[in-house]
Amino acid sequence: MKKTLLILLSMLSVSALFAGCMGKDSPNTLTVLNYGKYIEPKVLDMFEDETGIKVEYEEYITPENMYTKYKAGAIDYDLICTSDYMIEKLINEGEVLEMNYDNIPLVKNLDQTYFDFSRSFDEKNKYTLPYFFGTVGILYNKEMIDESKVDSWDILWDEAYAGKIIMADSVRDSFMVAQKRLGYSLNTTDDEKLREAQKLLIAQKPLIYSYLVDEAQDEMIAENAAMAVVYSGEAGLALEYNDKLAFSVPKEGSNMWIDCWFMPKSAKHKENAEKFLNFLCREDIASLNFDYVYYATPNTKVKDSLDPELQKNPTIFPPKEVLDNCEVLKSLDDEATMRYNLYWKEIKSAD
Amino acid sequence: MRKSIERIYLFIIFLFLYLPIMVLIVLSFNNSKAKVVWGGFTLRWYRELFTNRAILEAFSTTIFVSLASALLATLLGTLAALGIDAMKKSGRAIMLGATNIPLLNADIVTGISMMLLFVRFTRLGLSTVLIAHITFNIPYVILNVLPKLKQSSRTTYEAALDLGATPLYAFYKITWPQILPGVLSGFLMAMTMSLDDFSVTYFTKGAGINTLSTMIYTEMRKGIRPEMYALSTILFLIALILLLFINFRPAARKEAQD
Amino acid sequence: MRNLKRQLLAGPYILWMAGFILLPTVMILYYAFTTTSGNFSLLNISSIAFSVHLKSLVLSLQLAFICTVICLVLSYPVAMILNNIKSKSQGLLVFIFILPMWMNFMLRILAWRMLLSNNGVINSLLGTLGLPGLDILNTPKAVVFCMVYDFLPFMILPIYNAMARIQPDIIEAAKDLGAGRITVFFKIILPLTMSGVISGIIMVFVPALTSFAISDLLGGGKVLLIGNVIEQAFMQEYNWNLGSGLSVVLMVFVIASMALMNSHGDGEGGSFT
Repeated sequence: MKKTLLILLSMLSVSALFAGCMGKDSPNTLTVLNYGKYIEPKVLDMFEDETGIKVEYEEYITPENMYTKYKAGAIDYDLICTSDYMIEKLINEGEVLEMNYDNIPLVKNLDQTYFDFSRSFDEKNKYTLPYFFGTVGILYNKEMIDESKVDSWDILWDEAYAGKIIMADSVRDSFMVAQKRLGYSLNTTDDEKLREAQKLLIAQKPLIYSYLVDEAQDEMIAENAAMAVVYSGEAGLALEYNDKLAFSVPKEGSNMWIDCWFMPKSAKHKENAEKFLNFLCREDIASLNFDYVYYATPNTKVKDSLDPELQKNPTIFPPKEVLDNCEVLKSLDDEATMRYNLYWKEIKSAD
Repeated sequence: MRKSIERIYLFIIFLFLYLPIMVLIVLSFNNSKAKVVWGGFTLRWYRELFTNRAILEAFSTTIFVSLASALLATLLGTLAALGIDAMKKSGRAIMLGATNIPLLNADIVTGISMMLLFVRFTRLGLSTVLIAHITFNIPYVILNVLPKLKQSSRTTYEAALDLGATPLYAFYKITWPQILPGVLSGFLMAMTMSLDDFSVTYFTKGAGINTLSTMIYTEMRKGIRPEMYALSTILFLIALILLLFINFRPAARKEAQD
Repeated sequence: MRNLKRQLLAGPYILWMAGFILLPTVMILYYAFTTTSGNFSLLNISSIAFSVHLKSLVLSLQLAFICTVICLVLSYPVAMILNNIKSKSQGLLVFIFILPMWMNFMLRILAWRMLLSNNGVINSLLGTLGLPGLDILNTPKAVVFCMVYDFLPFMILPIYNAMARIQPDIIEAAKDLGAGRITVFFKIILPLTMSGVISGIIMVFVPALTSFAISDLLGGGKVLLIGNVIEQAFMQEYNWNLGSGLSVVLMVFVIASMALMNSHGDGEGGSFT
């Protein structure tokens, strides 16, 4: 008797809760979409505590993944951080709102050079706010490989390292490696060249330990593999944990990328988004964030406060001659994107 | 001879089942982040676990979703079972057939089809996860309650009505006690399924909403997080204690003997 | 009249079903048979014949089959031994073999990753014993391993339940009539546990066939199952029509395999009750 009453009561209370959460129209929130491991979690807590704005934080793995999440339209994102070519695609599709930099006063902390970089996809610097930038290269274990060979992408096809190579699990990054090795542009849509790159990647597959994005760093620290194609910042952080590791950007050239924040058309909380961006530009926050993410930060105050040795660290802050040898990814049309996706899938399912 | 072979075999399977769990438990006290080598004893990962808002939130979301979805599914499912039980054979067959769809369908297909629906008509959030969980939970309740209803004695119920009891009173006094075990086991099964679900939640969750399964999935795709080992240890202990309690309380013993 | 009123109790559930089972199924079918611009097309369904998709479907079927067979072979003796233990500890023992089911599914995968990685626990142990390492992480083998681990209790439980229902008198009677142990097994125990075996097979085969998380986390991006292809169509390629088309194909395979199993199970084997 008592038990049934209890059950009925709890059922009622839960239905009430249910109804409550259905009707919840969150006024003071901010929905953010960002790469994995791309913000110090404490920064989010601090922002919530300081402003009372609840951050609904969501992560994705590859830019293609982000594009799908956004385009699905199932979630109204207020602020998204992603890479150059994907922002370009979204700007071209008219999905990006202009940013009012007057509401983000601390933008003055950011180095103008990076706004110049982002001109390649945001011509008039109207839409985006630079977050971090870097290159793609090979993170390797000095004791497991012949260091003299690591200046070329060729080493990723060296059978001596079969089962010890980690490749990027992202269409454009993987194709970039093959394209650069063949001496092609990483934005080629020429079918023959693409097929050639695909063939190369299929030939490489038996040597691959795994295709990874964010996990590559830990696998390298744990010495589960000899080398991995990673973003420069990932390498920078890995070096701190395991001093047998080193990083190299091959001589054939690589990809230089810049990740920026933008407000998509779906943004419902623009003011909160601006507050968040301003918060991220604040020196103490940016510095905390830099320590966690470890990519080249455009924040001059943070960079100046760093140990001079760290400022010159070529892994984190790629030197000019490396950058000059790098190419930026451009957005491709739908047809070319489909081909890239299909060819990539064929690589992944190859034996 | 045969006995010892049996014992050894059981022991090997036991090792297969528990070795991975033991490894997680040991690693949760290991003071070394990346490598699987012993770096000394530490409680650091437990401290970090309890200060990590994302994990704590995922934990409470999981509890809320599984409890709420199991309760609502139990309510809807029990009512449905009562209705189905009163139906003619053909109606019952159709209802049971439809009930089996989410039970037999692949998780991924259930999740995707629900996502397609939600995306078209609303926004993804916590409520969509809850609706999805209720949907795949209801069949477990129905399938647990129906057999009990079949066993329950119809004549006693009708006799009560003849003696002037209202249907509600007769139900409460006669049918309800007989189906209660079925309702409870349906509830427990629904909760278990909801706790363990990954695919359906993965496709129907909104921004910033994570159950433990989806949270661990995203964390695993980012690399090694020893807090996850600490979490495993705690979850294992919770499961152990709860199940010991449910299975070995005196009432359950009695039930099992019936 | 009273009966009709009682039937109405199923009303909320029928509404719920219409909204959240029927409608989603219609949605997925709609997407499966249209192009992005909304025109009717069979392309999404027929794309299963693309070598990429076909390969992943065949691989999924293979792995699911292997996993189911291993689970069955491992579980049957376990269920039998557990059933034969006629002491107070039986309940506890059964409990021990079912408990891992209540550990979070993801954490069970995590455990195997730690065990199997190049410098993982198993390889460290083998190394100290001077044995060669086991390089199976990021291969289909690791995926099967973890599937077996994840789904084993789902096989043990129904078989054990079926076995526990066998009346000891029947076996006694057979023995009295001169049946040997082997005859008893093949003529009585096996047929009477068939329904449990079939439930078990379905409960293992279907999730193994359609899983994408295990291959994602233990396959190192090299094991592309049909579940992964579908997940990627939805989460990476923004091609919902293709994803829906492949889901429908997968659904057909699931239903077909279940129908096949049920036809062997005297019509009542497939139920979970």
